Amino acid sequence: MTTPIQVMPQAAPARKPPSVQKEDAMWLQKEMITRNYHELASAHAEGRKISATFVPGNLNELLMCFDFVRRLPETDALQNGMRKKSGKMIMDAERDGHSEDVCTYVKTDLGMMLQGEFGPTGEPMPHPDVLLLSYTGCFTFMKWFELVRQKYGCETLMLHVPYQGDAKISPNMREYVVRQLKDKIIPALERISGVKFDIDRLRGYMKESAKAEEDLVRVLQSAKHRPSPIDGYFGGVYYIGPMFTAFRGAPEATRFYAMLNAEVQERMRQGKGPMTPEGELAEEKYRLVVEGPPNWTHFREFWKMFYDEGAVVVASTYAKVGGVYDFGFRHDPERPLESLADYCLGCYTNLNFPQRIDMICRYLDEYSADGLLINSIKSCNSFSAGQLLILREVEKRTGKPAAFIESDLVDPRYFSAANIKNRLESYFQMIKQKRAAAVH
Amino acid sequence: MNTPLKDIIARCEGLFEDLRFASVQEWKAAAPGRKAIGYMPIYVPRELIHAAGMLPVGIFGGGDQMEVIQGDAYYQSYICRIPRSTVELGLTGRLDCLDGMLFPSICDVIRNLSGMWQIMFKDKYVKYFDVPQDYDDAIGGEFYVHEMQALRDDLARLRGAPVTDDELRASIAVYNDNRRAIRDLYAFRAQQPWQAPTVELYLLLRAGCVLPPEEHTRLVREYLAAAAAEKRTKRDNARVVLTGAFCEQPPLGLIKSIEMAGCYIVDDDFMLVMRWLLDEVPEQGDPLVELSKAFLHRSAQTPSKYDDKKEDKGKYLLEQVRTRGAEGVVFASPSFCDPALLERPMLQDVLAKHKIPYTAFKFAENTGQMAPIREQAGTFADSIKLWSAA
Amino acid sequence: MKTFIGIDLGSTTTKALVIDEARNVLGRGITNSRSNYDTAATIAKQEALVNARFHLFREALGRTGALNGSLEDFLGQLERDFRLEQFVEQLADLEHTCRRNAEGTRFGEAAAAVGTALEELFRRLRGEAPELFAPGAKRKSDFFRDIAGSRYLAQGETLARETGVRYDMLLNVFDRSIIEVENRIYGESISKHLLAALDRTFAAMPQHAARGERIRAPIQGMLDMALEEAYVIGTGYGRARLPFSKEHVRSEILCHGLGAHVMHPNTATVLDIGGQDTKAIQVDPNGIVESFQMNDRCAAGCGRYLGYIADEMNMGLHELGPLAMKSTKTVRINSTCTVFAGAELRDRLSLGEKREDIMAGLHRAIVLRAMSILARSGGIRNEFTFTGGVAKNEAAVKALKALVFENYGEMTLNINPDSIYTGALGAATFAWRAVTEEGKVVEHREAA
Repeated sequence: MTTPIQVMPQAAPARKPPSVQKEDAMWLQKEMITRNYHELASAHAEGRKISATFVPGNLNELLMCFDFVRRLPETDALQNGMRKKSGKMIMDAERDGHSEDVCTYVKTDLGMMLQGEFGPTGEPMPHPDVLLLSYTGCFTFMKWFELVRQKYGCETLMLHVPYQGDAKISPNMREYVVRQLKDKIIPALERISGVKFDIDRLRGYMKESAKAEEDLVRVLQSAKHRPSPIDGYFGGVYYIGPMFTAFRGAPEATRFYAMLNAEVQERMRQGKGPMTPEGELAEEKYRLVVEGPPNWTHFREFWKMFYDEGAVVVASTYAKVGGVYDFGFRHDPERPLESLADYCLGCYTNLNFPQRIDMICRYLDEYSADGLLINSIKSCNSFSAGQLLILREVEKRTGKPAAFIESDLVDPRYFSAANIKNRLESYFQMIKQKRAAAVH
Repeated sequence: MNTPLKDIIARCEGLFEDLRFASVQEWKAAAPGRKAIGYMPIYVPRELIHAAGMLPVGIFGGGDQMEVIQGDAYYQSYICRIPRSTVELGLTGRLDCLDGMLFPSICDVIRNLSGMWQIMFKDKYVKYFDVPQDYDDAIGGEFYVHEMQALRDDLARLRGAPVTDDELRASIAVYNDNRRAIRDLYAFRAQQPWQAPTVELYLLLRAGCVLPPEEHTRLVREYLAAAAAEKRTKRDNARVVLTGAFCEQPPLGLIKSIEMAGCYIVDDDFMLVMRWLLDEVPEQGDPLVELSKAFLHRSAQTPSKYDDKKEDKGKYLLEQVRTRGAEGVVFASPSFCDPALLERPMLQDVLAKHKIPYTAFKFAENTGQMAPIREQAGTFADSIKLWSAA
Repeated sequence: MKTFIGIDLGSTTTKALVIDEARNVLGRGITNSRSNYDTAATIAKQEALVNARFHLFREALGRTGALNGSLEDFLGQLERDFRLEQFVEQLADLEHTCRRNAEGTRFGEAAAAVGTALEELFRRLRGEAPELFAPGAKRKSDFFRDIAGSRYLAQGETLARETGVRYDMLLNVFDRSIIEVENRIYGESISKHLLAALDRTFAAMPQHAARGERIRAPIQGMLDMALEEAYVIGTGYGRARLPFSKEHVRSEILCHGLGAHVMHPNTATVLDIGGQDTKAIQVDPNGIVESFQMNDRCAAGCGRYLGYIADEMNMGLHELGPLAMKSTKTVRINSTCTVFAGAELRDRLSLGEKREDIMAGLHRAIVLRAMSILARSGGIRNEFTFTGGVAKNEAAVKALKALVFENYGEMTLNINPDSIYTGALGAATFAWRAVTEEGKVVEHREAA
């Protein structure tokens, strides 16, 4: 590690428990998350207002302009999943009348509130003062915030982000989002927060975002190297954390990404493999591209199935769910609202199928991957509906093998370790056998 | 000479059962250059297709008489059935008579299907048709007019000639007439549900998915005349609104089962496309602007459409209950239907506050077991009668 | 002699298969998978090796012509006698174990009576043992647990009636003891049993006594020949629990693909419907897996579905197929959900549909699911090989044939009578390749 941790004195990482190994940046981002939960818990006591919004299309820079403490309900749900709290919450929500068929992020969120409104870290989780319904890439978001509004009466602002059905952002789409921001969202946020909107403040945050985005892209693209110094899916989750949540645009996030990038570049120079919870991966045997979100309730167990076999995920679509940066988009302070619109419109799940397939094929090629693995998530139709066509198309176009497994985001009932392991092993062996056949 | 009721119903049944869409093929064959454009639930402005001289064809899945093999290959077990059977229809050539397909903004599954369709049917016109979730004329309206204009331009290209404002106005008039007929049909059923069993109303609506609107309007009016003249026994049924079946369709047997079990369905959300716009669309002025205004300010509520204010939740359903004199609500939602199932608790909450009884179950378009549904609907009808007697 | 062994640890049965250097199948063995997978694997392997010895006897004796015309009768008798010897040894072990388990305080005052009863019970079991292995005797199963268990229960019941010893006590002793016994391995006894069996066979077939030496010599020769286990590969559902290193384990997908290719070299698509899952596998002309798909969490496409239906109908699993074959029209069953299928089935029955027609519909439903999984994996290509427990169900095969024809046209459909050994055969072939093609199977990452 070359970068000293002192870049962020207020956030010195906690001492590492010996059982789990992480990169320094991973500890740091954990620290940031904990601090965010603490801020949320004490926000109202300190006279601050709370906003809630979703990861895809989250307008963090804009919300910071109004001094909101920022909450992301998906992150709450996944944190509850990783802490093994989601199972009970889901069942509570189902007892409260929610169908077993629907998204478990929603049910975890509603169940958390039913259980007495404590967040994943155990601190109080007050109601948001505004729900910014950035309706990007997922229909369930709309119902989710309608449900929260129905129960808790929170003011809700709809920001409709149209879908890239024709694989492009038309001027009409961009203009529609900008008009909503200008005429509706910004005035409402001013009213709710009591803070006057200052476009230069927004520009300042966006400048920070662009810098951090540059570093994030370098980190994610380091996986093109052999061996890859990072895992772009399991590790990637840590790397995208600050960028996709309450921190993008804040100087601390910029520092985080500078530090992370330095760390990763150094690993790459030294020819090191990615860090796993059990230490550095010794030998990279398989390079994979993964489509679909991870499972959170068995995150470590799931990851282990990969690193035990020497499998590294070199690129994942999930690491683009809160913004696709690797094809050139950056937040642009010169055209702030248009750029925010483009950001929302360009999130991964707002892309149409041909775009998604192109992107995956490109990853397979540019990251010299052995194949594609799809983790199909029961909760997430936005990702999952039609993934079997993605699988077939990608195999057809690249000639590389693809495999399919199923799990859920935070429903522990929907994770079958034996089943997944069986398929993964078969897949890895198939790749190996094909390689052997190729040299015959 | 009036057409006898049984002939009207037999014709509708024939159209409903024909998964090769012979009537569409015949319509196309009747004049050179005719084109047909398919659309999925919930809503598309059919006026545009009609104005381009094309036939709008509603594709509402494959029903319970079709085996799904290839369609199943694309979907996990936790996804609803309508995209499977729709893919099956497409891959088995049953939709070859369509020159294009519109996928309206309804849910993630249908949204993704639009892109799958682009890949699977490369030679067809395919469009994801977005509708606004912002209801200001200057914002959502602007966007929507542009979306409609884009569709209009595409259709003009397919047709090889522009779609004029006058053509659009004429089509608006045709659909206004159709909507009037359907409003009359719904009013008639609500007044005398024993004279217009829902299964007949349903088949009439399905006929409207494949027939030209002018012909469909005539058919609905013929039905109204014939049904009014029929002698049918009034039963002591409970009056219910059925809601949730706005996309994937229940099998006919399920609709019959509910009514046989003692519930008259007096309103529903089947084929909302035909009743989406709640009143007349002005036949003068800028046609796209008028269609947009009708959409933004005078259209039905459904789970895929955002409710601007908390107070708006359930308004349309309450209105259905009130105006039709319903005594309860039956939630019939397709399994794995995110919009319907996520909306349900909110609507139930509203109904509970208004002391309106409800019951709920799930179905799939190929649901085979009716006994539990008969049982549940029967119990619901009985309990409504007990409540009203108390 | 060098041999290569594949072991397929399934959820209900464990299979082993032995091949020689020329990749001839020498022997097959099967046993019930038990709590201890290690034992199951060992016993299956042992069975396969015994089977291999018989194969070698047949070859050796065939060459000498000593048993011209009655080779099969002789070997049949020898095998029955061998099974009897094995059975008697295990029965002695069971008796010993039962009596030990009956001691102590568990049965209080009844302990002595139970002990006496056990002595008598086992005397009778020993007495009737030869009948069990007599020519033409029908056994429901060849597993010791099943044979000994059914006879123990029958004799125990009689004895309890005769002597007044409580039947549940006898049952209790058996249940405790059988697990111990079936997890013991009698590896060293095989030669001994074979020689003892040979004596029994000559006694039973005195007409061959004159040529005793000409028969004994080649058998002894084959018996003395060491069967060297050059390489073992494990596969199947329980493979992770085998005490093998990773190098000796292959996924069942790979083994199934290769096994099907070895059985039917023109195989391009494999469908396997087992109790736990359904697999669709595409293989290249060398038996290398190109892609695969398995059923998702839904059980509708696999054997379990039929098991569930059998329970619903209060029928045996093996009765479903024959009943469905009597159907004259197929009732459409729509539920792809295992649980709903039960409700739908009752609905249809109450509507007056015939049981056989509903059964035909259910078989079509399960095959429809398999067709989807096949479509997911890339469709059906010629030739098409069908394996797994459901491949033995004639109604399922009939439905599959019809659907394949409707959707893909004329195809060659292979169903091998030994299809249960497909995975084991693939594993054995991998073992053979690991040795004979060593150097070629090591990983070449750059080539990918």
